[in-house]
Parts: sequence; structure tokens; C-alpha cells
Amino acid sequence: MSCQLSVVSKWALVLALVPLLALGSAIEPYDFDSEVQRQRFKSLAEQLRCTVCQNQSLADSDAPLASDLRDEVFRMLQEGRSDQEIRNFMVERYGDYVLFRPPVAGHTILLWGGPVALLLIGLVAAVIVIRKRRTAL
Amino acid sequence: MIRMLIPLGVFLALVALLVASLQTGDERKVVQSPLVGKPVPQFSLPGLHDPDTITSRADLLGEPFILNVWGSWCWACRVEHPFVERLGREAPIDLIGFNWKDEREDALEWIGRFGDAWDRHVVDFKGKVAIDLGVYGAPETFLVDHEGIIRHKHVGPIDATVFADLMQRIMELEAQAQ
Repeated sequence: MSCQLSVVSKWALVLALVPLLALGSAIEPYDFDSEVQRQRFKSLAEQLRCTVCQNQSLADSDAPLASDLRDEVFRMLQEGRSDQEIRNFMVERYGDYVLFRPPVAGHTILLWGGPVALLLIGLVAAVIVIRKRRTAL
Repeated sequence: MIRMLIPLGVFLALVALLVASLQTGDERKVVQSPLVGKPVPQFSLPGLHDPDTITSRADLLGEPFILNVWGSWCWACRVEHPFVERLGREAPIDLIGFNWKDEREDALEWIGRFGDAWDRHVVDFKGKVAIDLGVYGAPETFLVDHEGIIRHKHVGPIDATVFADLMQRIMELEAQAQ
């Protein structure tokens, strides 16, 4: 028997695996009070970084710590805390690093302002070059 | 001619920046704890050998101590174990094991196999206190002063360099506690 799969069966295999992708998101079956609360939970879990598996969000990660942190987020939602309070809870323990969107502050000014500054420099350089070329014509 | 070299210069500067960042890549993986300089959070946790003995934050104050986060599932904890044992022997302050997300049987078996280097243990099987401590991966080692302020945190296994650094810091803490 040949070990090579035919092209058709290869694709069939790939397609058969597609439903597994849906399992990738690790939202436990929490008992949410409302659809709004479920959405808030989802949004918070996507904004917060799993510190063990650093490039995944809490929503994506299967790490045990991520699961503990999701439990905490859910508990705080149940207690009626605001999104900001929940983010602060995480920042107090893990630092700004847990936020995928770091706050605009003195030490992050290069991060936020850098791309804008580079764009401006590029524009100014382009304008100068274009003007020079015009006068040269 | 010189003006032609400007883009090259910019390009080389960018390359230098990226190469420099590559060097510090490992450092950036370590999450700086915002808890350094802050008090150890309130907790009360059972012991490992003695589940009925509850240790709380207040019980530990008065003397500096080392809090070493470990688990029987944690491979790097085996790697650092010889240095944890040295800390237990050579550091003049208490070495507290913080057994994290483990199971009592497994933890006791691990200690039976590799040796109990710690003065005592607290267990956090659920991981709630660990979250308050900002723990994100074992092993982690905290130095806490006599007033209960976290003075230093090391993430990752203790090696010879880290051990020397910790001992130096411990001596400073001891001197301050006198």
C-alpha cells in the first residue's frame, strides 16, 4: 500500500480538521447573567494578555493560569465591577504588560508617537525631494 | 554623492537598532512585577506537610524571608533545586516554599525524591493567592523584608549568578532588619 495520500484525500483531511479550529477559543461555559455580560467577558478576555504564553490573549489560551484569570474576570463581572476596575486589577498584579493596548504615558510615548513621527518625517522628506526635482526641471 | 549615502545611513541605523533589540530579547520576556516595592498581599494558606496549620501574612512579618514558588509539575524547579537547597542552607533567613497549582500527593512525592530544601511550605492549589502575587510561571523567587514589603523578584530558575545576587540582597535585607 502506498503511503502517499491522493490530493483529494489530503484536502478531505484538512477540511475534516476545520471544526477543531472552533475549539481553539477557550471560553468556558460560564453562566452569564445576560448577553451584555457575555460580550463584556469576551471583550476583556481578548484585551488581556496571557502572561505565560505571551502572544496569546486570555481568550485564546489553554494555559492553567489563563483559565484561573478568566475565572477571576468572570467573578469580578458577577460582582458588578466595571471593565476599567477589572483591567486595573490585572495591571496591579502583572503590570501594563497584560494589556495588549498599553496606556499612553511618558514611557510609552515613543511607542504611540513613533509611527506618527516617522510618517511626518517621511512626508517632509518627500515634499523636499519633489520640490527640488521641480525646480531642477 | 554624500546625499546618496543618507538612505544607506538610515538603513544601517535601523539594522543596528534591530540587532541591539535582539540582544535584549530574553530580558523583555520577563514581566517586570509592579509588586516590587509593595506589600505582600494578604493571604492565609494551609501547609504542605501539615494541612491544618494555616500560615497568614501576619505570621511571616518581623523577619525578612524568601518566598519560592514551585510545583511538582514544574520542570525548571528541578533545575534550580540544587540552588534552592543552597539557599536553605546558606541564607540566614527563612525560605518558604509556595507550592502552586499542585496536588498534595505529587508535591510530597517530589520532595521525597529531590529533598525538602525549604523551612516550611504554604500551598495554593487553586492559584488564587498566586494571582495576587502576580505569579505567572514557576519557579519564581520573592525577597520580602521584615516589614512585609516585596523587595525583589526573580522569575525563572536560580542559577549560580542569580544565587550570588540573591545572597547579596539577602545580606542587605538582614542588615536593614537589625
